[in-house]
Amino acid sequence: MSVLIYTETEQGKFKKNAGELASYGVALAKNMGVHSVAIAFHPEDAQALSAYGVDKVLRVSHAELSSFNAKAYASAISQAAKSEAASVVVVSSSADAKYLSPLVAATLQASYAPNVVALPESTTPFVVKRTAFSNKGFAHTTLSAAIKMIGVANNAYGVHENSGSTTVTDFEPSIEASQFSTKTTSVDKVAGKATIADADIVVSAGRGLKGPENWGMIEELASVLGAATACSKPVSDLGWRPHGEHVGQTGKPVATNLYIAIGISGAIQHLAGVSASKVKVVINTDPEAPFFKAADYGIVGDAFEVVPKLIEKLKAFKAANA
Amino acid sequence: MKILVCISNVPDTTSKINFKENNTQFDTTGVQFVMNPNDEFGLTRAMWFKEKQGASLSVVTVGDASVEPTLRKALAIGADQGYRIDALPTDGFAVAKELAALVKEEGFDLVIAGRESIDYNGGMVPGILASLLDYNYVTNCISLEIDGEQATAIREIDGGKETLTTALPLVIGGQKGLVEESDLRIPNMRGIMMARQKQLHIRAAIGTESLTQDSSYSKPDPKGEVTMVDAQDLDQLISLLHNQAKVL
Repeated sequence: MSVLIYTETEQGKFKKNAGELASYGVALAKNMGVHSVAIAFHPEDAQALSAYGVDKVLRVSHAELSSFNAKAYASAISQAAKSEAASVVVVSSSADAKYLSPLVAATLQASYAPNVVALPESTTPFVVKRTAFSNKGFAHTTLSAAIKMIGVANNAYGVHENSGSTTVTDFEPSIEASQFSTKTTSVDKVAGKATIADADIVVSAGRGLKGPENWGMIEELASVLGAATACSKPVSDLGWRPHGEHVGQTGKPVATNLYIAIGISGAIQHLAGVSASKVKVVINTDPEAPFFKAADYGIVGDAFEVVPKLIEKLKAFKAANA
Repeated sequence: MKILVCISNVPDTTSKINFKENNTQFDTTGVQFVMNPNDEFGLTRAMWFKEKQGASLSVVTVGDASVEPTLRKALAIGADQGYRIDALPTDGFAVAKELAALVKEEGFDLVIAGRESIDYNGGMVPGILASLLDYNYVTNCISLEIDGEQATAIREIDGGKETLTTALPLVIGGQKGLVEESDLRIPNMRGIMMARQKQLHIRAAIGTESLTQDSSYSKPDPKGEVTMVDAQDLDQLISLLHNQAKVL
């Protein structure tokens, strides 16, 4: 029996969420009294997972699996789950993990719950707490099949270091040509830039910015903070910013440590999408903006005055604390 | 090309969410139900295939009779026929199994669902469906072109997007970007009249066991008071974020 953890890699390096996911899987395995096993594709340093107390790492080095392919990766993970007699499979909430998870769940006939925010409330019966209704509520869901699959919500559990010895073994899943009937032909991604999914800080702006030409200061603020940029739905609908930046109920969810909302009034759909963020700062000219009720810190003021000043102050702060 | 668009009937995005029966059921009192926003983008894209490439277009919802107004809306927008599978959508696995039975029987070769429904946010129905049918599968799909049997799709990834080539038969998890918000179809009077003549088939469920059960629900803890900071005193904001919130 084991807990199988899918720790994601990108060009050989573990993704930022791998530490959190490994921490979760190890804690769950300990609760259940079983082994924790991670599977990783082409990791340069599989031993890195020893920092979280993972018992065993399955290293997949097959040349055809060097870059993400949902069907082929799902097949390899399913095969690993069988060979390791996994009773629980743990995955992240990344776009890639959410792509392949249903394929794994279907193959294993597993009970699958995504967006899980904590360790299971109990393991017999197996009950997890997950967000539902776009973060407006939680469902306490019983997973009744023999194999359970948990999608851990971003930034919900945190990283917990753990000592222990980790063995690394090579895992060779069987591969068939039919697994590659859907192929990635090009990737359009800015390397090294924080993304909404994994950034510690997200700077988001709305229609209060008056036009796309005014985003320079938002980009600069984000750059000073090492943050990702995001926007409200109207802004993406107007074409001021790309759809990929739209956060909210029908856009991307945000679960960051610090969410700074500038010129966003705080429609219920937007609030739902960002509510999982730990600390929210709201800057708005309108003291009656509904977002202030959902904020931790608020500033009533004109973004065009506040943001440039904030950038200068933060630069000084960063210089002093470097 | 035979297209099936899978539609969820969900609470409007402005809905306040409450629970009843000792927090074991979603309270639908005063809640307006609408077509799941992610599915609307897929339906409009499917209309384009119907008009430009001569595809046939069916829509389906798994649910009781209360979902029919949403299916009628899809017919009024322009779908040729509708199916209601007469079962309560208890979990993603059960819904996907019901849909798979319909797809097999009718031979649909392009199935478009939403990336996720905005109520239970499972995001698993299109993927499980693709797996059960052994169809190709792309989710978070923001662009889809079909040329004969070949398909080119773009999917959103964390921090960017990627282009994929694939082929029919295919299951898509669609979202905004598949068409623009401004291009979404709204039923007109002629469409609404014509929808009355269109067939809405009621199918008995094959009946399948759920693998998950929502035992109860809860709501987030109430938010603490906001701390207001003077716009002239940004040092205080930085100090609060650094010393109190510890996020800087």
